[in-house]
Formats: sequence, C-alpha cells, structure tokens
Amino acid sequence: MNDQKVDNGVNVEALLGAREAFTGAPEAAQFTWRAKCDWVHGTYSQTTVEGFFGLGEEQQHKTTYSFDADHPEVFASEDRGATPVEIVLAGLASCLTAGVAAVAQHREIQLNSVSAVLEGGMDVQGILGMDSDIRNGFDGITVTYNIDADASKEDIEALVAQSQKRSAVYDIITNPTNVTVQVN
Amino acid sequence: MTQQGPVQIDTVIIGAGHAGLAMSRCLSDRDIDHVVLERADVANSWRTERWDSLRLLTPNWQSKLPGFSYQGDDPDGFMAVPEIISFVQGYADAISAPIENQTTVTSVRAAGDGYQVDTDRGSWRSRTVVIATGACNIASVPAISASAPSTIDMVTSMDYRNPGQLKEGGVLVVGASATGLQLADEIHHSGRPVTLSVGEHVRMPRVYRGRDIFGWMDAAGVLDERYDEVDDINRARNVPSPQLVGSPGRLTLDLNSLTGAGINIIGRLAGVNDGKAQFSGSLRNNCALADLKMNRLLNTIDEWVSENNLDNEVEPPHRFAPTTVEDSPPLGLDLHNGQIKTIVWATGFHPDYSWLDVPVVDRKGKIRHDGGVVDSPGMYLMGMTFLRRRKSSFIHGAGDDASDLSDHLATYLANSASLPKS
Repeated sequence: MNDQKVDNGVNVEALLGAREAFTGAPEAAQFTWRAKCDWVHGTYSQTTVEGFFGLGEEQQHKTTYSFDADHPEVFASEDRGATPVEIVLAGLASCLTAGVAAVAQHREIQLNSVSAVLEGGMDVQGILGMDSDIRNGFDGITVTYNIDADASKEDIEALVAQSQKRSAVYDIITNPTNVTVQVN
Repeated sequence: MTQQGPVQIDTVIIGAGHAGLAMSRCLSDRDIDHVVLERADVANSWRTERWDSLRLLTPNWQSKLPGFSYQGDDPDGFMAVPEIISFVQGYADAISAPIENQTTVTSVRAAGDGYQVDTDRGSWRSRTVVIATGACNIASVPAISASAPSTIDMVTSMDYRNPGQLKEGGVLVVGASATGLQLADEIHHSGRPVTLSVGEHVRMPRVYRGRDIFGWMDAAGVLDERYDEVDDINRARNVPSPQLVGSPGRLTLDLNSLTGAGINIIGRLAGVNDGKAQFSGSLRNNCALADLKMNRLLNTIDEWVSENNLDNEVEPPHRFAPTTVEDSPPLGLDLHNGQIKTIVWATGFHPDYSWLDVPVVDRKGKIRHDGGVVDSPGMYLMGMTFLRRRKSSFIHGAGDDASDLSDHLATYLANSASLPKS
C-alpha cells in the first residue's frame, strides 16, 4: 500500500468545508458565470472572462483570460483560433479531468498521469442547412482517458464515473438547458 | 370517544404500521404508557396504496419484529400484500398494541412541557411523540410532468394497481428503482410496448453464490451499518431502492433482463419541450456507476465469505455481465404522435408532514433529526430510509431502531420528570 501522503494538488478539505458552509447558507452557493465576446473580423472573435458572482458578491479571476475562436481554412476562414465546438470539447475535457483529480484526492488515490482524448462527430450538412433531419451539434462525443494511478483498474473506472456524475459541463452537454438570446 | 380536555399520556405514537408497532412493543417493555394513533386500520398503506402484484423485497425469514417473526413454511419466499397485512395485523394483536383506529391526526404542536396532538376523535397531551407515519405518503412527480401533452394519461406508483387500468398502447415508465423496474416488466407482459427512463439506480442480483442477496448483506453486516459511520449520510438516505423483485422464482430483475425482454431503455427524463420528451445523454455513465457499485458489494460479500472460511461451502464467486447500453440511445421521444399513451411516474415518494406544527421540517420537506432523535425535545422519528442503520426502512430494521430510540425516550422521560416544572 501507499504510505506516502496522497497529493494531487486538490484541497479537498476546503471543498468539504464549502459544502458544510453552503448547507447552512444555500444562497451563498448561487453563482453566475460570465463571458464577454467581441467580434473581430469574419468568423474570428475574441472572448474574455474576468469577473463572476459567487459567495454573495462579485469575484475576479487573478487575470483576464482570453479565447480566440475562428473556423478552419476548409470552411474558407482564416483559422485564427480554435473552432467554437473544439472549445466545447476543451471545456468538457478540463471539467472531467478536474473532477478526476478531486475525486482521486478525496479517495486517497495518487495520480501519476492523466490524459484524455476527445472526439465529437458532426455531420456539417446540419449547420449548412442542407438537411433538417440532421442536427447542428455533435451526434455524439467520446472521451478516452489514459490514467496512471496507484489504484486498481476498477478504482480508476470508478474515479472517471464519479467525475462524470459531478461534472457541470458533462451535465450541460447531456441535458437540455434553456438558452435566452436577446439584443439590447 | 367522548372526553372533556385532552387525554394525558407519556407517549403518542402516530401510525400503526410495522415501525409504530415495533416502538409500541418496546415502550410496553419499558412500562411507558402510550397510545398508537392510526388514521385508518393497521398497515393502512399496505391495504390501500400499493399495486396488486407487489411483494416484499426481503425474504420471509427476514420478516422479524421485536418478539415476533415469520412462522410459515416458506422462509425463502416473499410476502404478497395480503400476507404483509396479516403479518403486521398479527403483530398488533400479539403485542396487544393500544391502537386507536380511524383516528386521523390533524395537528401536533408544542404545549406545556411536551406536545398536544389533535385528531378528528379528540386530543392527547404527551411529553413525547413518535412519528411513524412512513416515508411514502405522497408520490413525488417531477415538475416537468406539467409540460406533457394533455392527451397523455399519467399514473403514479401510488395510483397504479395493474396494467388493466392503462390504455392500450405505449407506456413510458419514468424511474428505475425497484418500483419502476417491476412496473415496466409487468406492463410489458400485458402487451403494451414499454420505454423505461433510467437515471441513477442501484443494481443488485437477487441471488449470488446460491444465497439471497439480503442474506449476504445481513451476514456481512452491510445492513447493520450505522448512520454515524457512513461517509455521507445525506447521500446514503437518498439512495433509491435496489432494482429487485421478490418473486417465487427468485428472479433477478435488472436492465439487462428488461432489454432482453424487449423493453427500450433510455436516459433520465430531462425535459419536455413542444410535446417532445428529452432524455439525458448520461445513461451509459449511470449504468457504469451502478455496475461498479454492485461489484463493490459483491467484493464485500466475497471477502466476508473468505474471512469466514466458507468458500468451500458456497458457490464460487463470479461477476454479472455489465449493463448493455445501445450505441446511441434515443435522446428524444415524440409525445404527440400517439405511440406513448401513458406515462407512469415511478419517481419516488415523500412524506406528508402537513399536520406537523412544530418547526422541525427543513427546506427539503424532511424532518431534522439525529438518528431518529428529532430536533425538538421528546420527539422521535421511525421508519425512514437509513434512519439509524442501512436496514432502517425494511421491516426487520424497525426492531433495533425502536429499541435504541425507546431507550432514549425512556431516559428523556425520567430526566425531564425530575426537573422542576416551570
């Protein structure tokens, strides 16, 4: 067995403390996440994230993060950034991977390496408006993990399963969400 | 009953099901003067709120209450509803429980150094109250049910009796605990095409290594695990009932057997928009989680067998096939095209505390308590999922809980009696 203290860099005690605090004050658990997007040119846009609301007040990231998005040259675009659907895959990947690390820490499993490959299939006849039977979005997403950890294969599978159960982006993708788009 | 003021008594027990009766027996053993108030007759919810084919999930040998047990000739069988009613009625008779039948509690409130219990047949004053009204008073139906087209019939697991009450045609069963699987199976056999919507669930084989799964869980101490020993008691109390059925053939009822019979398995119902039901894409993970959890339970059983040197006396360990999920389960279902005629909501139950005028109910509608000791002095709770032990919600779980809580109650009465009255 592993005698050394497991350290995946996740502060589980703080997360459990937050759960405790939110039990007594559920209103503090109400968060609002924001992104700001500016069109640059063609299909190229820049999105930044900076502030969000949580714990009853405005919060700030340590710095402003920026995401360049564009479409690739095969769509006659200039490819100055990731395709938006690739950013969705990035969001899913990082959410699930953060979950794997957190659950592993909680279950005292030392991770040595974690990598994931994501694929989302898409028939672009949907977005091109060629066939109304074909949806615009992914027809499915596969996530394949390679995990080296001091644990059995079954325990590693349980980590990945539990991470999906608690993932925000996994929930956003697998369940419908009402989206309201308005113009000022 | 004709009376002037309220009747004074040490304890009022509300509900004459198995849990209230177990408590009555334990209070009698401790010479505590009490009454059991019952809105109708003993075991009323079994008499009036269950479907026709229901049997207990636990085998007959496990049907035990303080000073009482199953005496029939089929210890490995499972009681049907009439047998359950006569078992509980037999217990009430055997312990001479002081029951007031046809007495509906309309209010419980703090009064003096205890509580006033008002009913439609008079009032009681007592320093202690035991709530044993059960966990399954009202069928829980998700709010999205309101969005279903009006052409669709809706039935809850509280109203459902048998397939004959449903229109001919397709049925969407929502919920994959014991209730959902049993109803899906029965409705499918009536010739109605069934689609089963599956969220988080608990998979269990009926028989493992030649013995009933509850026999193993009992032997290995799983059912005795205490509420103050588990990692997260709130989560443990919300775990759905295991996918099991008590059938004469000791059949295993799981998603694979339903799929094999021709039932469509789809994800958790997530929404209804424009007459179209939408299902979550999380089915594969929910099945993976249930398979992993089942295998952890089987590992626990295997370890117990080895530790007790029983490997040569029982069948060898094995594992069940993982749950089969089709490559791309449908994410939507048109509720307007006539294929689905009925939705059966097998989405759980919740208790009814509308009569409880003591501020102990939290924002989720649950009573705040510590292992059945309610957050109001002299008040106790019985018969809820994982109240004090994993077995608390089963018939045989009531005995140990009633014993612990009647000890606490007796101590409370003795201590509060010695305090000067203010």
